Amino acid sequence: MTEAIHRALGLTDEEAARIRVRLGRDPNRAELAMYAAMWSEHCSYKSSKVHLRGLPTEGPHVLVGPGEDAGVVDLGDGMACVFKIESHSHPSAIEPVQGAATGVGGIIRDVLSMGARPIALLDPLRFGPLEEERNRWLLSGVVAGIGQYGNSIGVPTVGGEVKFAPPHGPNPTVNVMCVGLARVDRLVRARAEGEGNLLLLIGAPTGRDGIGGVSVLASRTLEEASEESRPSVQIGDPFAEKLLIEACLELADRGLLVGLQDLGGAGLTCAVSESAARAGAGAEIDLDAVPLREPSMEAFEILTSESQERMLAVVRPADRETVEAVCRKWGLGSATIGRVTGDGRLRARLAGQVVADVPAVSLADEGPEYRRPMAPPPWVAALHDDDPAFAAPPVGPEEAFRRVLGSPNVASKRWVWERYDSLVQGNTLEGPGGDAAVIRLEGSLRALAASTDGNGRYGSLDPYLGGAHAVAEAARNVACLGARPVAITNCLNFGNPERPEVMWAFAESVRGIGDACRALGTPVTGGNVSFYNEAGESSVYPTPVVGMLGVLDDYRLRLGSTFVPSHVVYLLGETFAELGGSEWAEVVLGKVSGRPPGLDLERERALHRLLVDAAAADLAASAHDCSDGGLAVALAEAGIAGRCGFAVALPGDLPAHVALFSESASRAVVCVAPGKAEAFEAEAAAAGVPFARLGETGGPRMVFDDLFEIAVAEAGRIHESTIPELMRVRRAAG
Amino acid sequence: MSGPRVAVVTFPGSNDDRDALRAVRDLGGRGIPVWHRDTDLRGADAVILPGGFSYGDYLRTGALARFAQVMDAVRAHAERGGPVLGLCNGFQILCEAGLLPGALIRNRGLAFICRRIHVRCETSATPVTSEIEPGEVLEIPIKHGEGQFVADRDTLARIEAEGQVVFRYCSPGGEVGDAWNPNGSAAAIAGLRNEAGNVVGMMPHPEHAVDPDVGPVGGQPIFESLFASVLAPL
Amino acid sequence: MSRRRFEVVVTLKPGLADPQGRTIEDALPAMGWNGVRDVRVGKHVELTVDAATDDEARGIVEEVARRLLSNPVIEEFRILSSEEALG
Repeated sequence: MTEAIHRALGLTDEEAARIRVRLGRDPNRAELAMYAAMWSEHCSYKSSKVHLRGLPTEGPHVLVGPGEDAGVVDLGDGMACVFKIESHSHPSAIEPVQGAATGVGGIIRDVLSMGARPIALLDPLRFGPLEEERNRWLLSGVVAGIGQYGNSIGVPTVGGEVKFAPPHGPNPTVNVMCVGLARVDRLVRARAEGEGNLLLLIGAPTGRDGIGGVSVLASRTLEEASEESRPSVQIGDPFAEKLLIEACLELADRGLLVGLQDLGGAGLTCAVSESAARAGAGAEIDLDAVPLREPSMEAFEILTSESQERMLAVVRPADRETVEAVCRKWGLGSATIGRVTGDGRLRARLAGQVVADVPAVSLADEGPEYRRPMAPPPWVAALHDDDPAFAAPPVGPEEAFRRVLGSPNVASKRWVWERYDSLVQGNTLEGPGGDAAVIRLEGSLRALAASTDGNGRYGSLDPYLGGAHAVAEAARNVACLGARPVAITNCLNFGNPERPEVMWAFAESVRGIGDACRALGTPVTGGNVSFYNEAGESSVYPTPVVGMLGVLDDYRLRLGSTFVPSHVVYLLGETFAELGGSEWAEVVLGKVSGRPPGLDLERERALHRLLVDAAAADLAASAHDCSDGGLAVALAEAGIAGRCGFAVALPGDLPAHVALFSESASRAVVCVAPGKAEAFEAEAAAAGVPFARLGETGGPRMVFDDLFEIAVAEAGRIHESTIPELMRVRRAAG
Repeated sequence: MSGPRVAVVTFPGSNDDRDALRAVRDLGGRGIPVWHRDTDLRGADAVILPGGFSYGDYLRTGALARFAQVMDAVRAHAERGGPVLGLCNGFQILCEAGLLPGALIRNRGLAFICRRIHVRCETSATPVTSEIEPGEVLEIPIKHGEGQFVADRDTLARIEAEGQVVFRYCSPGGEVGDAWNPNGSAAAIAGLRNEAGNVVGMMPHPEHAVDPDVGPVGGQPIFESLFASVLAPL
Repeated sequence: MSRRRFEVVVTLKPGLADPQGRTIEDALPAMGWNGVRDVRVGKHVELTVDAATDDEARGIVEEVARRLLSNPVIEEFRILSSEEALG
């Protein structure tokens, strides 16, 4: 009987057989739905697990690694940072406002479920070119959704990046990272411990939201205008989320929680089975006690509903009334829906009948695991041979500079981040627009730095380097503020893993991330895999997005990212003829080809050490990462942001376009007070970081050697006008 | 602990309530948290309705919050001549509650804006500008989606005639003009007082402009005025 | 030539959560209104259409409502008052 159903639910025949063996009988409908949801790619990581095991997850600061709702890093002084990144790309492609909004809600609950107050959001986004109407619709919708939700709940959106590439047209990439803060002794774990403890469902009532959404929406390729998947899109309720945050934090602070878990993909089934499995326990739940938004929901619907703004709390019976009172105070519903048992089974009843009875651990931890076939794509070798460094530059350096600085990838994203509240909570020392965001820990001189990064062109040309560069650049961004990179979370955005070239790119990216994390001493504390980002023949660039966390011991000593007048300009690191996958090659030559820049992780680490030490010793005034668009863009951005010109000589005897636009890694542009130049040079030499003194800051013009010069205000206009002008087309047309 | 006692009301959905309490505390006042179900202001000398999205801003901004229990106490405090300061969402609530004229609708550009702007002080005759000279320019951030002040023509004329405009959006040099008006507010109005002068609402966030570590400090004189007014009433 | 005035009412599809509606509903008892249920919030759009025939005008409104005024993923719409000719 189950054969027809299991396939419709996305389970293979082998997976269905496995369930029968595990249970010793046929699963009923509700049980099958539970397994389908929990064993989906989204929840079980069945295609990615074998590769993810190779990532380094331990380090002296890591309190909680992958496997829980979010990773936790020790900040010292009894404080912990909780952080995680997740994708909400599939829902956003169908309904950008609500898709992005509910993505924000979900990641916030992940952080909240560790007992942490969410203190910052970062949103790495990838879209198709803005010349197309649909991509403008997606960008404005996603940004509106993030703003609508994040702004309403009082969590500042402080960073992220927005990039554009044709492969992200049909499948926009919408990732959201949340950073939270908790006292170490108030951390809550997602564990259903203690036989007889009660399970309370807190927050919004349960409706037919996202039924099967996990397996249908996240685990199958998006088909154009798929009517079938539409009802799975949900409406976010930021107001309910805000109340949920305040109520859960009060519960955690008063020590009233044994465990806490959010309800996300696979809803109640996931929350109960995972928290029970982690504690080696079981659970009995009474589905009649679940507050419903719609009458007469079936057992499988209640068990797998993904209604938003709900949390599952594990509570000692003696605390039940106090917990209910706290929920009432915040205007939230709460219902005791079950209790922890000692037999390891997840048993659900509806109208007195047992409707599901399976081992909790079989749902949570015994999903299938695939070692899918892998093969590099055949076209990649030809692309490698087409090295842009050998192409004759079709335009001169000034024209190329104008095009690169004004290209949508490089241009200012003010249009986006001015739509986000970056100030609420009052601790934003550095908001959006710089290398990394910096959030002060209240009542302390310590601060957190956070950055996200991922270069899809690099990922497409060499996924190993794409992964490694994402880590290196995110760490460099954080180090440019003078912060010590400490740990990462990652969101791996890929196509259909059943295609060998996608699986190969995934494995290579993970290998690159692992090597870079090991070399840079930044373990992986968790993350998310988003597969099936493709429609028809079009798959997204292999895009591993890395969210890096850094720590500043004294925020007053952080480095700025803007030039100040009358300072010496240095380029740290070496520049090679590396234009493969560069912004220059795409914008000027119109090609994405060659090999990405090489990456020497020892050099990279030496650069970070130098930046951190120079900041602590107050040797440098500002530092800015040199990456997309190369040295020319790094100099221009630092000048524009500081409204400060400069005159520089280009390093080495490289051709002008190479010196200006090469994207060689492990470089940064630094400005140093003249009186400290000698000490800075000594520090750089001791750290083994090559440096070149390029010139001085000051005046209203940017002077690039004897090549060209441009007024700071003019460069600023180029940098600022691209996105608003592209988005204005929309209003004119629509 | 001494210092002026300033109540900050937390509605469900208030976000900048902690920030307002911290600003009061940082500048030497005594911040008193008040819950939306409270029936009195706990002996406060002044009350702040903070920013945020009370009741999710559902239906209309401020439309549901004005019916909160604590609003009776706020109204009574205002009628006694006590200082009331509404910031952003608090301004919207004061308009909905009829304590200030006009209304706040979606920004002209239809998008939320988070940005540092400048406002010009238009009158010293309020408890929050008593220490500020008319014409003085303050740098303060805004962050709102619905901050476009509107009122019918008669109301606008009365507001101007009575000198009820407290702040106008302006250039860093104090010039008022369309280019410096971020949300399309009528007459570039960023802040407004009632006829008596003791109730003030403003869209910019002075509580986010008191700490030089995190931003501009244009909010400092506003809180300093409030404290001075409480200690030596107008 | 036909000139017609239309009203389009856009509402969330039944079954979808309506946070605005629920929040308003929750606030009503505290204000003394009991027994008010099923509050749903939608959008109301009025527009005038010039077209060769009434049918064509209605077709245009339907197209506008489907492609722009509503998102079929989460919303449905009703078209009202098409009888009210203005021109």
